[in-house]
Amino acid sequence: MDARPPIYGLMAEFENPSDLVAAARKAYEEGYREMDAYTPFPIEELTEALGFRQTRLPLVVLIGGLIGGVGGYFLQYYTAVIDYPLNIGGRPLNSWPAFIPVTFECAILVASLFAVLGMLALNGLPMPYHPVFNVPRFALATRDRFFLCIEATDPRFDPEATRYFLERLAPRVVYEVEH
Amino acid sequence: MQDLDQIQQRSFKIGVVGLVICIVWAFFNPGQFFHSYLLAYIFWIGIALGSFALLMVQYLSGGVWGLVIRRLLEAATRTFPLLVLLFLPLVLGLRYLYPWARPEEVVKDVILQHKSVYLNIPFFLVRAALYFVAWLSVSHFLNKWSLEQDQMADHRLPEHVEYAKLRRFRLLSGPGLIIYGLTVTFASIDWVMSLEPLWLSTIFGIMFMGGQGISALSFAIIVAVLLTNRTESGVPDPLYAQPLRYVISPTHFHDLGKLLLAFVMLWAYFAFSQFLIIWSGNLPEETPWYLRRMEGGWKWIGLFIILFHFALPFLLLLSRPIKRNRRTLAIIAVWMLLMRLVDLFWIIAPTAQMETGTVSYLHFHWMDILAPIGVGGIWLARFIQQLKSRPLLPLYDPYLEEAFSSTGSKH
Repeated sequence: MDARPPIYGLMAEFENPSDLVAAARKAYEEGYREMDAYTPFPIEELTEALGFRQTRLPLVVLIGGLIGGVGGYFLQYYTAVIDYPLNIGGRPLNSWPAFIPVTFECAILVASLFAVLGMLALNGLPMPYHPVFNVPRFALATRDRFFLCIEATDPRFDPEATRYFLERLAPRVVYEVEH
Repeated sequence: MQDLDQIQQRSFKIGVVGLVICIVWAFFNPGQFFHSYLLAYIFWIGIALGSFALLMVQYLSGGVWGLVIRRLLEAATRTFPLLVLLFLPLVLGLRYLYPWARPEEVVKDVILQHKSVYLNIPFFLVRAALYFVAWLSVSHFLNKWSLEQDQMADHRLPEHVEYAKLRRFRLLSGPGLIIYGLTVTFASIDWVMSLEPLWLSTIFGIMFMGGQGISALSFAIIVAVLLTNRTESGVPDPLYAQPLRYVISPTHFHDLGKLLLAFVMLWAYFAFSQFLIIWSGNLPEETPWYLRRMEGGWKWIGLFIILFHFALPFLLLLSRPIKRNRRTLAIIAVWMLLMRLVDLFWIIAPTAQMETGTVSYLHFHWMDILAPIGVGGIWLARFIQQLKSRPLLPLYDPYLEEAFSSTGSKH
């Protein structure tokens, strides 16, 4: 891992959400992309300020739903028409109205399983170690402080220039984040 | 707001003209008139009743989605007095609408004779009066207290007192929703199901509630979009028009879109459940309702409803950008309102020619369109008049501040 930069990134601590959102917006305008923000509660504007792109999760869920729906219908079709045909009250073997509820439930079941597992697969959780926790004050991210971290992997990242840029955003402190 | 006054006046004029033409025609074809009028009435009262229910649900559940449309919902519930007036023509037409109200048919049918204990004209009218009393009184208090909240402007109370004053809304909304559930169930049975008095379905009332949810939410979305969308000339808006424009954001439309999706699914769930149960039971007293609606061309309307009242809006409303964009959301809302009318048409219209034979052939009558326009024009005028009479936001609701500071912390 020679290509690994010497530090994980630079992190700025802010006292309130609006400063953080403004900072994230400026950083995005400046051209930074590899960055993330950490807050004690969800902030609506932050996603957009960070230039968050669509994830592939909706597609994963759609595929799960289709597999569940088709699979659920096929299970009933196979049981009732191919494997063990029974005449029930003279209704057709392929009684589609009766199959709809199970088909629907299976679609929901598999879609939600795909949603949870796909979410975990895409965001890399559970993650026992993350460098941001090397900053002692980062624990406050779950209480009353707001953090913006520009990662060293960003092509525009430069230890001096980025630090200068962050300091101009009037944060409380700027930290170096060790690996 | 100049154009709002204009819409109010125009819709009133169009409504009166439409209704007068229909009423004149009623002398030539009373049977058709009353069926078209019933369709129109059930459609528009659905918006008012759905708003009534959403209003109470929001008091119980909380949520910003309801704060931004509360005044629209309230204005819709203040149309109940007008809806009582609009109900009166139906009273004259009971004989044309309901077989149980025609003595010559009751004589012929033993079951109708037994049912006449419940299905008779005096008791029908008493029940209708009871529904209206219930809706008028509960909505009266919700509106009255909400107005009192506005009048606290000059003397604001300590915060805990303001929160405590919200308690009475919740205390009324709980029982109010139970009353709503019961009255709408009975009203849907009386006014619509008894068009075919031999048929029965226990899920019928709930299906109507799902439909009313769609109607009310779509209507609220359309009005909210119209009120926030106007960017025009130097004419300053009067006070009542201002807050909504600056306050309502894509997030709020997103929430309303999600709720609309939920109601579309809820309605589809109820409608399909009724079909599945009757299809599975396959009983001679239950299946004719669907058979009548699948023969003689009606099945095409039915398929249209499945595709465009459920499948298409369901798929579109899954999309996040569509829900957050007020224009696309408004288009879907307009479409859902139209589909509500088509659905009610499919339920009510096939009974219009029942006496001519067992198979009713698909038929449109121009009054099926003009009557909803007539009733709707008058209803809309009343709605706009009520909407203008109060600020568009419950400014002194203690939750409001919290609701619009999206970056603020939650208490």
